[in-house]
Amino acid sequence: MTGTWIAVLATAAGCYAFKLAGLTVPARLLARPRVRRFAELVPVALLAALAATQSATSGHAIDLDPARLAGMGAAIAALALRAPFLVVIVVAAVTAAGLRAAGVS
Amino acid sequence: MSVQTAAPDQTKPVRPVRDGIGLGLAVGISGVAFGAAAVSSGLTAWQASALSLLAFTGASQFALAGVIAGGGSLLAGTAGAILLGSRNTLYGLRLASVLRPSGPGRLLAALGVIDETTAITLAQADRPAGRKAFAATFCALYLTWNLATLAGALGAGRIGSPQSFGIDVVGPAAFLALIYPRLRAGRTERAVALAAVAIALGLTPVLPTGVPIILASVAALGGALATPPATGEAA
Repeated sequence: MTGTWIAVLATAAGCYAFKLAGLTVPARLLARPRVRRFAELVPVALLAALAATQSATSGHAIDLDPARLAGMGAAIAALALRAPFLVVIVVAAVTAAGLRAAGVS
Repeated sequence: MSVQTAAPDQTKPVRPVRDGIGLGLAVGISGVAFGAAAVSSGLTAWQASALSLLAFTGASQFALAGVIAGGGSLLAGTAGAILLGSRNTLYGLRLASVLRPSGPGRLLAALGVIDETTAITLAQADRPAGRKAFAATFCALYLTWNLATLAGALGAGRIGSPQSFGIDVVGPAAFLALIYPRLRAGRTERAVALAAVAIALGLTPVLPTGVPIILASVAALGGALATPPATGEAA
């Protein structure tokens, strides 16, 4: 029990330290053009990677869940139709939920 | 990134407060899944809540619960969960120029540096909107995530799985929607995103969960080295 608490608190401390570290990098370093360009592109890379893995994998396997993929397809269609942000995520969730309710899984 | 001002006529702008709160509520609900998973892994409701309150980064929290459930080494589980949190450092590099936090404000803002807040902040056209978006998303998501964690730990997961409401699609759809204007505006951004997707999907079967995402940042490194750096004020 105590061991679990230590793991919980150490995880919390470590995660917080990593978050703080990024905000604490000296502005001088970030002013360098290459560093700045990297910092600009990193969120694009990580968020694209997250969107892909969260929609097409589960655990360590590629998992093409039809309802989930249809939800992502609906989101892409909504984006192409210039739907507002909240409409895009609602359309995605409703599509996946509707297909699951209809027995697609 | 002044070139991105070409985008507004092609995509709807992301509203900082309304859209931030909406995203926070929608993603925060999946805290129910974490609370339920944590308790069935053998954590107490207090320990699940401590993680959501203090670590506040979903992937790391699920990772630690997973290792504890599997009876794995606590030391290795802790190290893995912390490693997963390292991508927030990379987000912080970018957010620092938008938030420009100092003093106690920096200590509070740091807690909120996660995928969702980064995505919505960087989708804003200027710094004031970016700061508002960060604050709105952080508040809504922090409150919802923590309440949902507690509810899930106390058994609310039995009402129905978040999946049956399509909640598992909210995160990826939101991330895609928020980087979409960047993908439209820049050829480098598109190449970086495609490379990142290929790295993440290709490595998922062979590396520990979460590590492929962190390695996808190599695509950003490649993009930064391959293209001339932009000049002008960053949003």
